[in-house]
Amino acid sequence: MKWGVVRFPGSLDDFDALHALRDLLDQDAELLWHKDPSLRGAECIVLPGGFSYGDYLRCGAIARFAPIMESVARFAADGGLVIGICNGFQILCEAHLLPGALTRNRSLSFICDWAFVRVENAGTPFTRAAKAREILRLPIKHGEGCYVAPANELAGMEERGQVLLRYVDAEGHESDQANPNGSMHAIAGIANGRFNVFGLMPHPEHAVEKMLGGEDGLKIFRSMVGASA
Amino acid sequence: MALPGEPPVDEAQARAHGLTSEEYRVVLKWLDGRTPTFTELGVFSVMWSEHCSYKSSRKYLKMLPSQGPLVVGGPGENAGALDIGDGLVAVFKIESHNHPSYVEPYQGAATGVGGILRDIFTMGARPIANMDSLKFGALDHPRTRYLLNGVVGGIGGYGNCVGVPTVAGELMFDASYNGNILVNAFALGVARRKDLQSARARGPGNPVLYVGSATGRDGIHGASLLASAEFDAESESKRPTVQVGDPFTEKLLIEACLEAINSGAIVAIQDMGAAGLSSSSSEMAARGGLGIDLDLDLIPLREANLTPYEMLLSESQERMLIVAQLGREAELIEIFAKWDLHAAVIGTINGTGRWRAYFKGQVVADLPIQALGDGAPLYERPAAAPRPRRIRANSRATVEPSPAEALRALLSSPNVGSRRWVYRQYDSLVQSNTVVGPGSDAAILRLKDSRRGLALKVDSNPRACARDPYLGTIGVVCEVARNIACSGARPIGITNCLNYGNPERPEIMWQFLRGVEGLRDAALAFDTPVISGNVSFYNETEGRAIPPTPTIAMVGSLGDVSLHLKQHFRLSGDLIVMVRTAAPSLAASEYEVLFESDGGVLNPIDLDRERRLIDGLFEAASHRLIKSAHDAAEGGLAVALAEACFNPDQPFGAAIRTNSRLAVNLFGEGPSTVVLSIDPEAFASVQKIFAPLEVRILGRVTAEPRLRIGASDSDAYIVDEAVRDLRGLYDEALTGRLSG
Repeated sequence: MKWGVVRFPGSLDDFDALHALRDLLDQDAELLWHKDPSLRGAECIVLPGGFSYGDYLRCGAIARFAPIMESVARFAADGGLVIGICNGFQILCEAHLLPGALTRNRSLSFICDWAFVRVENAGTPFTRAAKAREILRLPIKHGEGCYVAPANELAGMEERGQVLLRYVDAEGHESDQANPNGSMHAIAGIANGRFNVFGLMPHPEHAVEKMLGGEDGLKIFRSMVGASA
Repeated sequence: MALPGEPPVDEAQARAHGLTSEEYRVVLKWLDGRTPTFTELGVFSVMWSEHCSYKSSRKYLKMLPSQGPLVVGGPGENAGALDIGDGLVAVFKIESHNHPSYVEPYQGAATGVGGILRDIFTMGARPIANMDSLKFGALDHPRTRYLLNGVVGGIGGYGNCVGVPTVAGELMFDASYNGNILVNAFALGVARRKDLQSARARGPGNPVLYVGSATGRDGIHGASLLASAEFDAESESKRPTVQVGDPFTEKLLIEACLEAINSGAIVAIQDMGAAGLSSSSSEMAARGGLGIDLDLDLIPLREANLTPYEMLLSESQERMLIVAQLGREAELIEIFAKWDLHAAVIGTINGTGRWRAYFKGQVVADLPIQALGDGAPLYERPAAAPRPRRIRANSRATVEPSPAEALRALLSSPNVGSRRWVYRQYDSLVQSNTVVGPGSDAAILRLKDSRRGLALKVDSNPRACARDPYLGTIGVVCEVARNIACSGARPIGITNCLNYGNPERPEIMWQFLRGVEGLRDAALAFDTPVISGNVSFYNETEGRAIPPTPTIAMVGSLGDVSLHLKQHFRLSGDLIVMVRTAAPSLAASEYEVLFESDGGVLNPIDLDRERRLIDGLFEAASHRLIKSAHDAAEGGLAVALAEACFNPDQPFGAAIRTNSRLAVNLFGEGPSTVVLSIDPEAFASVQKIFAPLEVRILGRVTAEPRLRIGASDSDAYIVDEAVRDLRGLYDEALTGRLSG
């Protein structure tokens, strides 16, 4: 499967995503420059982590207007697979490809740490390599990861299974301590109603090698391999 | 040449600029008696400032060993480089940003990070890791929380956004830094050896390009009046001298510069740091024995109506100066335009040996280039040891704490406990190279497309250096080498940041000299050349200096990064052994400070034994004979044992029998003690490797998570604590004091 990792000015984990896809999963993956509207035949798009445009104005607020984002929006409307990681998730919300918004962490500071997330819906192209209720250990590193959405929207998303990942503790229980940024409903990752666009704050691309701390991130990428619409 | 509206230049004006009367006379000599223009005076004042010229220290820094079989670059270029195998070199340096951080902590620390990063990628190396050594006043001092929050915020704010992981560091609180904090920023980069860039201009006729951010009025006199002077009651007014950083622009600059370097069109490149355009342009040309003409009208500006003085002295961040191959300017400009960065040809290299600046068709500065860099006077300031202090009587007749009480108090101390509150604010993962991150002895990075790895650590010990500036400095080098070796790496090189008070005082100059001598002797003993470094003087307020604080960062090499070691016990039943090169001492220890006791004198250091320890650790690790290794630092052996039990996956316990009757054996510090856990079958081999150093059995790792320490000849334990309790104290030591 061909992957395209979008590179905005200020993207940081673009190389990490490429490394995970190419070197660990043997995928055909390349960088897509933000100014170029061509997706170059990619069957799956990654919006990587980082500080695109320095987080000026709001995280992802400027990236959503990049020339390539028009193509990404069309690609998503046609059912193409899109995964937005951290800043990528923020960009997807700003571009209204996903509902809700990411706001400042409850602690008001940047947090880099390992978190546990529970797979709430294993029946999607992004999670099918995991089991329902499985706990994954993934790193987070963000200052604006608190997910918010209107109450009725949230209720609808929960009902339809659009919440894919939820913060829990090592034993799988939800709690204030287990929720690193104060996200509503302890939401770590969500999909759109069509389940072809996925946004998550944790970084699966940083959990693909045991020596670097863990391999649970592979499950998310493996789910997507071969799952193109 | 003088511009209308500029103030007249005379000796009083020179002194207001931070030059001495004598220095002004030397300026006049360089100009054959002509009075300098205001612009020229400004340039001399920053180029001859202590921070830029190293006039008080340069003579002595020459004694540091900077050569070795692995050395590719050395002091003189922006950062030194070491061959790390597979055609790769490691480039690294540490620099101070002490004064700006005290005046404006967020931007001071942020721009410290930005500045050191530029020193790395200007050499053609992609920065892959940061470390920071921080010293603040007492935790309960009214200014400390504000400074701590600002500095940590600035380091994180800049480092995280620019995409370089912060993987290790050092943090200390001590009342002796109440008036002067220390922020020393380290960066490491890796490059292919053939891609290493020079900062030496070549080729008269070659164009000079300015790239990066536009120039504004920030940071003017940051080098001279801020970094090269003491603080006093008026120091708040120095705030405009602090530079303002933009990490987003720096990230773009890193990508653009590395692409530009890759094009082969660059002859020489240097970052604009302290003294901005003046230093970068004069240094590059001077190194090549050439001259340079600058057209100030072509400089990209972010504010209107900057004077030549302001343009030349501005320390606006995120700017680089490039000497390009004639004819390839457009190619380079296109690369920077792709990244939305300013890029403009602003001058030419020539063979005149003069540094000339033009503004609106007029020459506003015309100086012999040698006057600016090497022309700064070199000082041999008087150095004199202070009168020997009276032996401090233990006037506070405190009852000595029980070992258990002492251990709990030490683990709860802000200088011993967990630093997680700090490093949780730093991205330590970006670039996917971090094998061991913050919270350990040394950080360990893997090198992609290779089996190799690098270990890095930064250390200092102002209390020991205050006791004895020579021995204390040797002790710091021993400690950082120990940390590197405990990660399974072989130490390969050093960079240093030497922080002292006012060098015009003989006692301070003596501290500095003894420190340099100590660094020299230890660097020779460990075969770790000093490939780069920085000196920060004038760290004092109203006559009170900081204790001598040489900060040493060391890099180590692992041939196979999978052979790395961590500090935590891993298996119940493993043998716990100790290797000690010398008897510990309570002098300058955390115990001595906490319990206000008199720890006596520092013990002498035998560098041959220290070297044996380092070599033994590396050899044993290479043969996979060590399961875990941890060095004893603040808090001594008992704290090291407790920390070794704090395995994040699963806490272990330890049952220890050792000479525990005296506090000095459990809590004494000083080189060197390491605690290892090994397979019992490996004991004989480990003994052989470390000989003639003794490998003493302390006890066993236990599954039951309790730390038990008792005397060898008794059944009772004098320490019998639940590891969970000790871990709780350790975790809350800083966090508990900083919340609310």
